[in-house]
Amino acid sequence: MSKQPETRITRRFAQLRAEGRAGLVTFTTAGDPDTETSVKILEGIAEAGADMIEIGVPFSDPMADGPAIQASSLRAIKGGMSLRKTLGIVAEYRKKDDETPIVLMGYYNPIYIYGVDAFLADAKKAGVDGLIVVDLPPEEEGELCLPALDAGVNFIYLTAPTTTDARLPRVLEHASGFVYFVSITGITGTRSAQATDVAGHVARIKAKTDLPVAVGFGIRTPEQAAEIAGVADAAVVGSALVDQITANLDDNGKPGPGTVDAVLGLVRSLAEGVRSAKKTEKAS
Amino acid sequence: MNKLNTFRSGVDESGHFGIYGGRFVAETLMPLILDVEKAWEEARKDDDFWAEFDYLMKHYVGRPSPLYFAERLTEHFGGAKVYFKRDELNHTGAHKINNTIGQILLARRMGKKRIIAETGAGQHGVATATVCALFGMPCVVYMGETDVERQKPNVFRMRLLGAEIVPVTAGTGTLKDAMNEALRDWVANVEETFYIIGTAAGPHPYPVMVRDFQCIIGNETREQMQEMEGRLPDTLVAAIGGGSNAIGLFHPFLDDESVNIIGVEAAGHGIESGEHCASLNGGKPGVLHGNRTYLLQDDDGQIKDGYSISAGLDYPGIGPEHSWLRDIGRVEYVSATDTDALEAFKLCTAKEGIIPALEPCHALAHVARIAPDLPKDHLIVMNMCGRGDKDIFAVAERFGFEM
Repeated sequence: MSKQPETRITRRFAQLRAEGRAGLVTFTTAGDPDTETSVKILEGIAEAGADMIEIGVPFSDPMADGPAIQASSLRAIKGGMSLRKTLGIVAEYRKKDDETPIVLMGYYNPIYIYGVDAFLADAKKAGVDGLIVVDLPPEEEGELCLPALDAGVNFIYLTAPTTTDARLPRVLEHASGFVYFVSITGITGTRSAQATDVAGHVARIKAKTDLPVAVGFGIRTPEQAAEIAGVADAAVVGSALVDQITANLDDNGKPGPGTVDAVLGLVRSLAEGVRSAKKTEKAS
Repeated sequence: MNKLNTFRSGVDESGHFGIYGGRFVAETLMPLILDVEKAWEEARKDDDFWAEFDYLMKHYVGRPSPLYFAERLTEHFGGAKVYFKRDELNHTGAHKINNTIGQILLARRMGKKRIIAETGAGQHGVATATVCALFGMPCVVYMGETDVERQKPNVFRMRLLGAEIVPVTAGTGTLKDAMNEALRDWVANVEETFYIIGTAAGPHPYPVMVRDFQCIIGNETREQMQEMEGRLPDTLVAAIGGGSNAIGLFHPFLDDESVNIIGVEAAGHGIESGEHCASLNGGKPGVLHGNRTYLLQDDDGQIKDGYSISAGLDYPGIGPEHSWLRDIGRVEYVSATDTDALEAFKLCTAKEGIIPALEPCHALAHVARIAPDLPKDHLIVMNMCGRGDKDIFAVAERFGFEM
C-alpha cells in the first residue's frame, strides 16, 4: 500500500469503527439548485446524520452519472458554480465544522484546467480531505493521484463489479482514505444492487486491503442503506437526495421553500437506517 | 525541436501521443478497455483479420476509391494540379464505413453480441447500422435530439437497416452528449456490448485503431499517385472534425518530409465569433471522452458546444494524434468558415459535377486559397471524404431554395 495521508476521513472511520457501526456518506452537487440552497443543505447535513460529505463538482459531461445528477450538474453550472467557487463553499463550511470529512467528487477536466498543483494547494487549504475523480483510473495515476498523496489529500479509487481479482491490487496500490465500491455495472441512480451480491464484492476487496469500503450507486431508501451498512463500512447516497431537490423545484426551476427540509429529512431517515444496521462480521 | 526518427510510431505503451491520448475512463469500463486493447493488438498482427477486412473493402465497400484529377477546378484555380481522393464513392457515401467494417470484425472476434454507436450527422450511424445488418448484430445508435430532428433522412436509413435510434436529450442534445450517452450504455452493458466509436478519438486503443483502419485512404493514394504522376504528392488537404478521414490520408505520408500536410477545421461563423468547432485553432488541451486533446471549453473546464453548418464536424474535440501533430509542427491546421465551405460547395458542383458533403467543402475552401499561387507541377490531394446528398436540405435553406 502506498502512503496514507491522515485526514478527517481516516479519523472518522477510526471513530466509526470504535462505535461499531457503518457511516452514511451523502452526495449533493455544489451550487444545486443554487448556491444559497446548496450551502444551506451542507450546513445542516452533518447534524442530520451524514458522517461524511461528498460534494459534487459540476461538470458539463458527467459520463458516469444518470439523469438526476446530470441535471443537477447542469443546474449548478447554469447558476455560475465552478471548481473555484466549490472550494470557496468548502472553506466557508470549515469555519463552523472542522470535523466532518469532505470529499470532492467529479471529473478531471475542471481540475486539469485549474492546474493540478494549484488545485491541490487550494483544496487542502480550504479543508478538502479526499478526492474521487471518476475518469482517473490507476492507469492515469500520475495525473492527480500521486500528487494528491504528496499534498496530504486522500485519493479514493472506485472499484466496480467488473474489476477482477487480478486487477484489484493495481487499483488498490495507491488507494487511500477508503475504497468506493460501485455496486452496479451502470451509472448513478439507475439500478439497485442486492445486498448479498455486494457483501461478496466487499469481502473480495477487504481480502486485499485494510482500507474501509464504502458502497454507492443505487442506494435510495433507509432500508437499502441499512442493508448496505450491514455489509460495508459506509453507504453512499446521492441521486435520491438530488431527486428531493428536483422534486421541490417550481415551474421556473427555482427551489421551493421546502427544499432544504426535504433533503435533510431524507438524510435523517437514511442515517437512522444506517445506524439501525447490525454490522455482520464476515470472515474474509 | 528534436527531430523524431518517425512520426508513425503510433502510441506509447500507455496509449499516449506525447501528452495527448490516454485512458481517462471510469473503472467500470477500464477492464473492458484493456480487453479491447489486447484483442486489437492480436488482430492487427493477424493476416486473416486483414484478409477479411481487405475482402470487404474491395467487394462490399467498393475500394479502392479512385484518385481523380479535377481538371476543370485545376484550370479554374490556375495553379497547382488538384486531385480528389474519392472516398465519397464508398458504399454509404463516406469514409466512415472503412472504420465500422474494421471495428465490427474486432467485435465479432471478441465474441460481442451487441453494437452501440454515437452519431452526429448520422453518417457514422448509417455506416454502423449498415455493418450491423451485414453481420446480423443488434445495433443501438445514440443521437442528439436536435440532430434527430435535423437529419431525418439518415434517421430513416438507420431504422430501415434495423438500428434502434435513441434520441439524447441530456446535456445540450448534440454529438458530445450522444457520446456521453453511448459511454453510459457501455458502462451498463459492458459484458455483451462493443462500442464502435466513429472517429479517431476516445480512450486508447480507439484513436490508433480507427487510424489504422482509415489508413487505407492514404495507402491507396500513395500507390495511385505513383501510378498517375510517378511520384509523391506535394500537399495533402483534409477536413477535420474528430479527424478520422484526415489521419487516414495523412498518416502514411507523415515520414515523407517533402509532403506538406494541412488539416482544415470548421470555423463556423468565424473563430472570433466563438461559434465554431475549431478545437486546435480556438481551444486548449483538456480531458474528455477518455482522452486528453484540444477541446472547446471555458475557464472552468466546462465543455462548450461546437458549431458548424456541417453537422459532421460539429464536435468540441479532436483526435489526440492531431493534437500531437499540431504541437510538434508536422501538420499545419487551418480553418474555413461556413461561408467558405458553401462557396466551395457551389464551385465543386458547377465545375466538376460532384456534389460534395459539407465536410470536405471545408478542405476544398482551403485548396481554393492555396492552389492559385502554387506552381503548375505542384500536386495537391484533397480528401473528398463524403457525398453531399445528406446536406442538400441544409444547403437549400442557406441558398433560400424551397424544398
